[in-house]
Amino acid sequence: MENQSIFIIREAYYQFHHNVVALWSIGKDSTTLLWLIRKAFFGKIPFPILHIDTGYKFNEIYKFRDTYKKIWSLDLIVHRNEEAIVSGMTPEKGRLECCTQLKTRALKDALNKYGFQALYLGIRRDEHGIRAKERVFSPRDKDFVWDYTNQPPELWDQYKSKLNTEEHIRVHPLLGWTELDIWRYIKRENIPIVDLYFARNEKRYRSIGCKPCVEPVSSDADTIDKIIEELKTTMISERSGRAQDKESDYIMQKLRALGYM
Amino acid sequence: MEDRGFLKFVIVGHIDHGKSTLIGRLLVDTDSIPYDKIKEIEESREKRMDGEIEFAFLVDHFREERERKITIDTVHTFFETPKRGYVIIDAPGHVEYVKNMISGASQAEMALLIVDVTEGICEQTKRHANLLSMLGIAQVIVAINKMDIVYYKEEKFKRVSNEVRGFFTQIGMNADYYIPISALKGDNVATRSRKMDWYDGPNILQSLDSIKLGSTAEDKSLLFPIQDVYEIDGNRIAVGRVEAGRVEAGMEVKILPEGRKSSIKRIEKFQEDRERVVAGESIGVIIEDPNFIQRGSVMCVEGKEPIVTNRIKANLIWLSKQGFIIDESIRMRLSTQEVNANITCIKKRIDSSSLEVIEEDATRIGNLEIGEVEIRTEEPIVVTKFNDIQELGRFVLVRGNDVVAGGIIP
Repeated sequence: MENQSIFIIREAYYQFHHNVVALWSIGKDSTTLLWLIRKAFFGKIPFPILHIDTGYKFNEIYKFRDTYKKIWSLDLIVHRNEEAIVSGMTPEKGRLECCTQLKTRALKDALNKYGFQALYLGIRRDEHGIRAKERVFSPRDKDFVWDYTNQPPELWDQYKSKLNTEEHIRVHPLLGWTELDIWRYIKRENIPIVDLYFARNEKRYRSIGCKPCVEPVSSDADTIDKIIEELKTTMISERSGRAQDKESDYIMQKLRALGYM
Repeated sequence: MEDRGFLKFVIVGHIDHGKSTLIGRLLVDTDSIPYDKIKEIEESREKRMDGEIEFAFLVDHFREERERKITIDTVHTFFETPKRGYVIIDAPGHVEYVKNMISGASQAEMALLIVDVTEGICEQTKRHANLLSMLGIAQVIVAINKMDIVYYKEEKFKRVSNEVRGFFTQIGMNADYYIPISALKGDNVATRSRKMDWYDGPNILQSLDSIKLGSTAEDKSLLFPIQDVYEIDGNRIAVGRVEAGRVEAGMEVKILPEGRKSSIKRIEKFQEDRERVVAGESIGVIIEDPNFIQRGSVMCVEGKEPIVTNRIKANLIWLSKQGFIIDESIRMRLSTQEVNANITCIKKRIDSSSLEVIEEDATRIGNLEIGEVEIRTEEPIVVTKFNDIQELGRFVLVRGNDVVAGGIIP
């Protein structure tokens, strides 16, 4: 799996003329992705790393980000939709709207500002049914619209690499990984991870994001080994603590069609 | 029992023959669905009349899919048996979405073909089987579905399974198993059905577990297509994935298509010190004369070279509404190589459903047609037969920004 992901990472870097950026939410998946990117380029990542900051993240996340920016010598871009943050956008004003403004809009602005052609993302097919339908290389038009009823063919390892103007491509090197694969790999490689994932007072976060919109799950897994054991037997889905995945049946589809990650 | 391998298979078949339902059933019966997801579906508005949960909703997530009750795009889902992990690739059955079906099938190592016992072979059954055969997927399990509707009668199963067997013989395919099932009720999926005592073969899960995993290309001769060359700390590192054989520090290599000789100075993997790597690994190498290597170069061992040619006989499937007219210039991508090419001869144009030859010595090829063609490339490229090393025996054709055909070198 590591080999296939590194192959995909290198393929996108070549096809998009080095005009690429990786999105790092500081969660376990995008940190694993960052780890693989470091491997693909022998520790010297030749492009920037982008953090879309909503201002609602956990303190632990900011601390982790700043520590590893230094240790891994990252060229880190932090982008915020200041306008929306100043105007007081909060999840209480509607989650669809809040995610769209603080995440999707902010990402759109960042891509426009820097003109990146391809964006590496750590999404996985097993996270959510809508993501299960993704391609490894997935085009978005200038409005970020995902034309999911007419995706390009993707045969073997030949990915869509030519773009119409004003399009960008989402590159998904971890698409074929499961949550359990991620944790097994974190253990094997000893990848540093934000400690919100480990149980404290019988609660831990299985998926992290903005503080107001994620809930911890009951768990006593305070080590990676215990998390792996827990996942082997759990019957609760990974993103069950995520507000934007539920609400109504198609909210994730709506968010993603608008360009959400 | 011990295996703990990993198998990717695609579920194909005609629209409404029950692909999504079978996947839902497999996921539920292997405890792969978190209970909050099952609850979500149970509570969803559109319930089935018979009170069964809509298994198909576990894979058909798009609103358009649920409302039209069809699968539009391919989906990958995961489940495990005590023996190994599986990825199920669900392929849409509707003719409009054949390109999605092919995208799914191209990622699979084997296939499960589902046929509705009340309808038998239909148009997409044939097309999908033909495309599997064209894509080189040799291992197939046939599930005869909806046995509950025909009261689990053996003669109904026999009639349809014989029909499929006859069709497979015509197209030179061979199924490993024919299994009577009801995906909706769960008969012969994860457990043995008590309603079909006349059947003593394996259920779906047992049949999957009995499939032998493909051998790796490790024991073949070296094929290492170069993906890119990086300048790092004054070194030129050629990176890529080893598709066959082994790379060892110090070994002599030949670089195709030019045929220059060089040797491996060092193998590069981040924070690993390796003397030897094998097929499947993504690596970097530093060679003696690093200036002669670029994306598309293929390293091999002298005396065991693949074919270097500018004329390729191939079978392809056309995947664009805009067809092809002979002598149009097109791009060909094979492994990491990309060259200008021409289809100079279309020996046969074949209907991908009926397999009828539409035309011989044709001058054009249309959407969803299979072509037996000859391709001429502007520059020589490195290829193998598909059955030797798949990665160098398959290709896509690109027009403008789009992939318009996929093919293999038989």
